[in-house]
Amino acid sequence: MSLAISDISKSYGRFPALKTVSLFAEDGEFLALLGPSGSGKTTLLRVIAGLETADAGSVQFRDENLLAKPVRERGIGFVFQHYALFRHMTAAQNIAFGMRSKPRRERAPEAQIKAKVEELLALVQLDGLGKRYPSQLSGGQRQRVALARALAIEPKILLLDEPFGALDAKVRRELRRWLRDLHERTGLTTIFVTHDQEEALELADRVALLKDGALEQVGTPEELYHEPASAFVFDFLGDSIKMPCTIEGGIAIIAGAGVPIVGNRVLENGLATAFARPDAFTITTGDAPGIAARVRNVLLAGPDARIDCGLEGGGALEVRLDHEQAAKLSPRDKITLLPRTVRVWPAS
Amino acid sequence: MAASRANPARRDPPWIAGGLIGIALLYLAVVLLLPLFTVFFEALRRGVEPFLEGIAEPDAIAAMQLTLLVAAIAVPLNAVFGIAAAWAVTKFEFWGKSALITLIDLPFSISPVISGLVYVLLYGAHGWFGPALDALGIKVIFTVTGIVLATTLVTLPFVARELTPLMQSQGSDEEAAAATLGAGPWRTFFLVTLPNIKWALMYGVLLCTARAMGEFGAVAVVSGHIRGKTATMPLHVEILYNEYSFVAAFAVASLLALFALVTLAVKTFLEAQFADELAAQRTR
Amino acid sequence: MPGFWPALGFTLVYLSFFLFLPLAALALRPWEAGLDHVWGVISHPRTVAALKLSFGAAFVAACINAVFGTIVAWVLVRYEFPGRRLLDAFVDLPFALPTAVAGISLAAIYAPNGIIGSLFAPFDIQIAFTPFGVMIALIFVGFPFVVRSIQPVLEDLEVEVEEAAATLGATRLRTILTVVAPAITPALIAGFSLAFARAVGEYGSVIFIAGNLPNVSEIAPLLIVIRLEEFDYAGAAAVGLVMLMVSLLILLVLNVVQTRVASRGRA
Repeated sequence: MSLAISDISKSYGRFPALKTVSLFAEDGEFLALLGPSGSGKTTLLRVIAGLETADAGSVQFRDENLLAKPVRERGIGFVFQHYALFRHMTAAQNIAFGMRSKPRRERAPEAQIKAKVEELLALVQLDGLGKRYPSQLSGGQRQRVALARALAIEPKILLLDEPFGALDAKVRRELRRWLRDLHERTGLTTIFVTHDQEEALELADRVALLKDGALEQVGTPEELYHEPASAFVFDFLGDSIKMPCTIEGGIAIIAGAGVPIVGNRVLENGLATAFARPDAFTITTGDAPGIAARVRNVLLAGPDARIDCGLEGGGALEVRLDHEQAAKLSPRDKITLLPRTVRVWPAS
Repeated sequence: MAASRANPARRDPPWIAGGLIGIALLYLAVVLLLPLFTVFFEALRRGVEPFLEGIAEPDAIAAMQLTLLVAAIAVPLNAVFGIAAAWAVTKFEFWGKSALITLIDLPFSISPVISGLVYVLLYGAHGWFGPALDALGIKVIFTVTGIVLATTLVTLPFVARELTPLMQSQGSDEEAAAATLGAGPWRTFFLVTLPNIKWALMYGVLLCTARAMGEFGAVAVVSGHIRGKTATMPLHVEILYNEYSFVAAFAVASLLALFALVTLAVKTFLEAQFADELAAQRTR
Repeated sequence: MPGFWPALGFTLVYLSFFLFLPLAALALRPWEAGLDHVWGVISHPRTVAALKLSFGAAFVAACINAVFGTIVAWVLVRYEFPGRRLLDAFVDLPFALPTAVAGISLAAIYAPNGIIGSLFAPFDIQIAFTPFGVMIALIFVGFPFVVRSIQPVLEDLEVEVEEAAATLGATRLRTILTVVAPAITPALIAGFSLAFARAVGEYGSVIFIAGNLPNVSEIAPLLIVIRLEEFDYAGAAAVGLVMLMVSLLILLVLNVVQTRVASRGRA
């Protein structure tokens, strides 16, 4: 085990930001901290880096107690959401900053620093741009300079705080793939914070989902997506539709129709809440058991067709179908909706 | 006590933080607070009675009235000028605009004595227009008129420099909207523009008033120091001081110091309440 | 947008009356007594001494305020201690306190029998009525400029930049010198310029404490007053013109330096 975070607590005044959070990372692992804003993910990252002090708990790297050291002695690379580049220094000077900050006896000769800077510029694909000031670089380029600057100190761990949060969607996707490649090449234990589930699922070896300062679930992207531990996890990782149901003998009864339950939830008979993804619905025209509704609109643009349905009992929901099936539907059709399978959690 | 605000990355070693706070407090105490304290201390040195005598004396009352009169003329003049100038330079583009903005600030770089001197050069006994005006029976130098002129020049930029950055950042969208809704220029000004700039205007007027009442150098040159006639409060302080009437001098000075404290209190209040609406430049 | 001609017209007429016409007089009147007279006045040892004192003392005072103003701004922005907000408000006192009031008060404090003057008197060091006294007064009037120039810049400085420096292993001192200092330098120069400009022309607070000894502690503005009292309008205007031109020149240079420094790292 490379990094062990144990029982970290932190509160701001009376507001608890982290409640006894424990998390472990293997050597070379790529870990995502995912959660809505205010869930404590950034606070946890900042505690590891030493930019916040924890009220209780420990952070251990191999045999070393990290919390006992001040920020500048931790040797942790940190990449900020808004880059935090030194604006009066060129890209090269920014990257060299950490190497030049070492005490005189440990500092590498200037020629070696220069060579290392060139090497890092090449690594982040910014060859030849070393003399530019941050203001002369694009957002994506600035973030790569910031990353090179963090890598220059040869950190034990790399921490990234919403690294792509300030960039536009297209650049984000490019950088995501690039970061994954970079991680494979450097093999550095990396933790990154994001509120974008797609980013977390695509990039990380494992994802830790936080809610209100506590860990909700930790696992591989597949585990989280296919075996969500709670309604919150299911809801956070994709669009979901919530329906009231009754449990009878291990089957969910929704609007009079029985639907099989997936997941290993043992539930007692009685009222509960069923969850399904919008693409897990069967639509029948005419009378059938299930949720009675009327088609309000059929939206055919996009990879899936989206059907906007008005429920007979009031309310509305939007389900997804393939285009072939959707072509058979038109506005004002009377239909019956039923999820093929559901996940069930106690009624909230 | 020397707690750096929270952040570990910004935390300075306690001895440095403590040392710097100590230096700052000492400097502020010696440079600022001691002179302020001394004014009141010297004024009340011989007790309350001489103090009251100093400020109740007819010449002192006349000085107060003159100071208020001068401020009551110079400040509204500069307020109207400030609004007009800020309107011209923020709502329109024209040739020489940035030169105009620089010129408006120029009086801050001119010695107060020069601000008085220039009016003597114009309207004094040997001034360009002095003899001609004298023939018409108009006297400027050594009269209230001269004092008003010099004070106006010294305090000219105060309102304009508060309004200009604010109106620059506000742009002209709201005025344009009002115009499309059929509002006339005056209606637009009083209902749209003025409410948006009122706190900055008040702030500028406050600083302008403080300076107008306290101005010394410019006024000293043009006033002639005639006791009870052309001596403003600061000049009256000088006259008393030069006559070695220290208690009376400090008594009148303490009234001015009290006014300065009120100015600071109102200023701090305005800054706390309307931080966004006040221009970023608070250096004058 | 209505009102262009009325607003600009009023502005120009107002400036013409209160600023342009008076400055024209300042620029033109020195020459009416002839070049020789102007040169005679300006090159007179007493004038040279007064100008040297005004500019020199203003420069030294602005330097002292630059150092201590930076410390005060830092302390007010970065540290939490009782009375901080009150002190912050008091920084502007020299803007609000009439200069004559400050002048007589400083004279009382630094006179040989004053509260601070008496501390130095036993060592035969005199502050009031010497060039030292002039400097003390100029420190007072220039004090707020540096603090108020630096304060907003320090407040707006992103925390992340200092955090980044710390995670990269920089000591606090290195962070302050290489990351914070370059960020506040333009504001420091701006504050220095303002303090200097104000101090060069200062009159009210100085004349009480200076002693006004010709060639020793007589400032240039006072010399203008003296020339005027002798009805030497041309001479007074000459001294005034030199003062104004020199200070504008210095401000221009400082402004260029400030722009240069500020533009480092901006495209």
